Amino acid sequence: MANFYTDNKELKFHLTHPLMEKIVRLKERNFEEKDKYDYAPMDYEDAIDSFDQVLEVVGDICGNIIGPNAEGIDAEGPKVVDGHVVYASGTEKNIEALRKAGLMGMSLPRKYDGLNFPIVPYIMAADIVSRADAGFVNIWGLQDCAETINEFASEEQKAKYLPRVCAGETMAMDLTEPDAGSDLQAVQLKATWSEAKGTWLLNGVKRFITNGDGDISLVLARSEAGTKDGRGLSMYIYDKKNGGVTVRRIEHKMGIIGSPTCELVFKDAPAELVGSRKMGLIKYVMALMNGARLGIAAQSVGVSEAAYREALAYAKERMQFGKAIIRFPAVYEMLTTMKAKLDASRSLLYETARFVDMYKTYMHISEERKLDNEERDEMKKYQKLADLFTPLAKGISSEFCNQLAYEAVQIHGGSGFMKDYPVERIYRDARITSIYEGTTQLQVVAAIRGVTTGAYLAQIREYEAQKISPELESIRRTLIILTEEYEEAVAKVNDTNDAEFIDFHARRLVEMAGYIIMSYLLLTDTNRDSSFLRSTKTFVKFAKAQVKAHSEFIRSSSIDDLGSYKFELN
Amino acid sequence: MSGYKIIVLAKQVPDTRNVGKDAMKADGTINRAALPAIFNPEDLNALEQALRIKDQFPGTTVTILTMGPGRAAEIIREGMFRGADDGILLTDRAFAGSDTLATSYALAQTLKKIASFDLIIAGRQAIDGDTAQVGPQVAEKLGLPQVTYVEEIRSIENGKVTMKRRLERGVEVVRCPMPLVITVNGSAPDCRARNAKLLMRYKHAKTVSELQIANEDYMHLYNDRPYLNIKEWTVQDIDSNPEELGLAGSPTKVKKVDNVVLQAKEAKIITSSDEDINLLMRELIDSHTIG
Repeated sequence: MANFYTDNKELKFHLTHPLMEKIVRLKERNFEEKDKYDYAPMDYEDAIDSFDQVLEVVGDICGNIIGPNAEGIDAEGPKVVDGHVVYASGTEKNIEALRKAGLMGMSLPRKYDGLNFPIVPYIMAADIVSRADAGFVNIWGLQDCAETINEFASEEQKAKYLPRVCAGETMAMDLTEPDAGSDLQAVQLKATWSEAKGTWLLNGVKRFITNGDGDISLVLARSEAGTKDGRGLSMYIYDKKNGGVTVRRIEHKMGIIGSPTCELVFKDAPAELVGSRKMGLIKYVMALMNGARLGIAAQSVGVSEAAYREALAYAKERMQFGKAIIRFPAVYEMLTTMKAKLDASRSLLYETARFVDMYKTYMHISEERKLDNEERDEMKKYQKLADLFTPLAKGISSEFCNQLAYEAVQIHGGSGFMKDYPVERIYRDARITSIYEGTTQLQVVAAIRGVTTGAYLAQIREYEAQKISPELESIRRTLIILTEEYEEAVAKVNDTNDAEFIDFHARRLVEMAGYIIMSYLLLTDTNRDSSFLRSTKTFVKFAKAQVKAHSEFIRSSSIDDLGSYKFELN
Repeated sequence: MSGYKIIVLAKQVPDTRNVGKDAMKADGTINRAALPAIFNPEDLNALEQALRIKDQFPGTTVTILTMGPGRAAEIIREGMFRGADDGILLTDRAFAGSDTLATSYALAQTLKKIASFDLIIAGRQAIDGDTAQVGPQVAEKLGLPQVTYVEEIRSIENGKVTMKRRLERGVEVVRCPMPLVITVNGSAPDCRARNAKLLMRYKHAKTVSELQIANEDYMHLYNDRPYLNIKEWTVQDIDSNPEELGLAGSPTKVKKVDNVVLQAKEAKIITSSDEDINLLMRELIDSHTIG
């Protein structure tokens, strides 16, 4: 009986991070629901024990149902029948297993039948499900959208929709259109108020919608006729029970085949407005996207875990030239570096998840009562950190995920190119992680302000000041030197005051900050558990080489160089 | 319809997939301490059948009945995490060393005490003894009809249960009036996973003996939430004849347990050359493996 939680001790390590006690205490409002709900925790230890045991259920279902179903789902795929999606049979079984196990609506409040879990254990479940099936996690993970309803919808809407999500209904977020992909300001789907029917009606087309035929959808639509930018867009809830939306086609994709990517046609589809008009893109989609980005970071880590395990197992068992290939330096270096990148991605993922937990929980508390000054400062601090770290986690861990999948196929040699081994699917599934919910290039756009304003540097200084055991001091010294290189590079680029030059080097600068931060996170992990030392040493070596290369590139570059990269278009 | 009262007979068994050399005690009984304890796999299939009836007929209750040492309370909790309502742990030194006859006697006496039930569902057999006797013996002792090797409970109508049985050479669909004893085959659907809310609701459930060493801070729970008290019954709680219990009531004596390891001693490497394949084909035909 495989268990994808208990066989991975790093997960429990992150679950029991020192900040969790504060997160749980806030999330549980000092355990005030313990007498109201018989499944609410009595105290911190009780809560962590519940997370641990529930994640064991997730690990059980992933190891014994979702993981084994992945190959069949990849081969079968979903289809469109009479304008609606029919999932692959394995997908149905996965949903049923998770629904019966009560693993939908994990982070929603108990009054809507949710489990009231913080983001950290929820993201951990996403990490585990992703390892089992990267395509399926999209369908399950879209329960994220419920968080947006919980944040911005009316009490009446929450009471109507959230218990349905907890009971296992699936969700979708309908944002992109044929001419509005990365640029959501161009959304054209029309929302018009019908006096006759007393409801908003949606008309138009949406494209590339994951799980587009889900039971409850959040739809971005143009409510202000005649407007052309983001300020004319509002957010709506569409309930599949009401009808009006049909699936025109499902895209034929390279990977995550089990996850139906739909083209939707809205014909007078009735919908409810969420929150205020015109705030659709500016406020709600931004919140939705940040949650989704953290989800993709978790997916990237889970897929990386799968890639590493497949590669490790194969390298141990594959004999060539009279020995297992893991004995060759070319192979063991790949594997050890893969593990270091995996551990670093995971540390960044949970650090980010903790920041999101702190700020979101304070935000919800602020709706119940006035925060005191100290609490308000903390909320602001963690909100900044969450915004700073989310694009970093999504951007870097999805790139690492692709690198790990590539190396895992490489280690399998010719066999990895065949459909006989799971790495072939993992390689195809990995590819989307650095594209959707904002490409890596867009994550860099979101992150570069943190470089130019010095926000990443300030956080690096916080890590630098942490107490660590003396034998780790030499690693810290290395990181201090790398930080100096980073500062110099930032100063050089910033001093030009040239927006294009900053954009040109943005990815390099963001990666430098990211690698230093990830190194520090691993160092902190090692301080708490020495089993991370191997990954820390390996990752810091990798980070050092990368930071030096980037810094050299920047040092020898000037604005004049841009001309030789540009294309002249007629 | 107010639902049915279902008793699931379950057993905590040593995980016989990991048998070591100290698996047996000198008296020929199993050394439970040396093996990890698990919910007998076919009893989980039985539980799933019971839970499906509960899903279909609101008001149905599912009670786990198990006989074993104190730690067998674990499988009652395990059952509750998956949807059972409660459980009874039958535990007493007087039951120690029971074979199938003494076990079915103790269970039958307990069921007489419980008195009201519509269905008794058990796994076909336990992986430690592989006898498949306890379910049928309980039925005999209670004078109830029994349906064995059940793979699916199809319907319950007018007090009659329609079931599909998996037999050696095919399937059979039978109908039987309640109350009855059903034993469920391993080919029946797997048991559902634990449910997150039920897990959190019942994780503190304990027997009286377990309460002796429980967390002091949570003691009030056992007054406030009566369902957290797992019933623990001893020989005092049932009417029984001491002669028919435990070792005294067990005619079966295990003489010896052997750990059989199947090993292929002669490995042969066969390449994909025509010559090797011809040789192999001839060998397989000669040995009547094929042809």
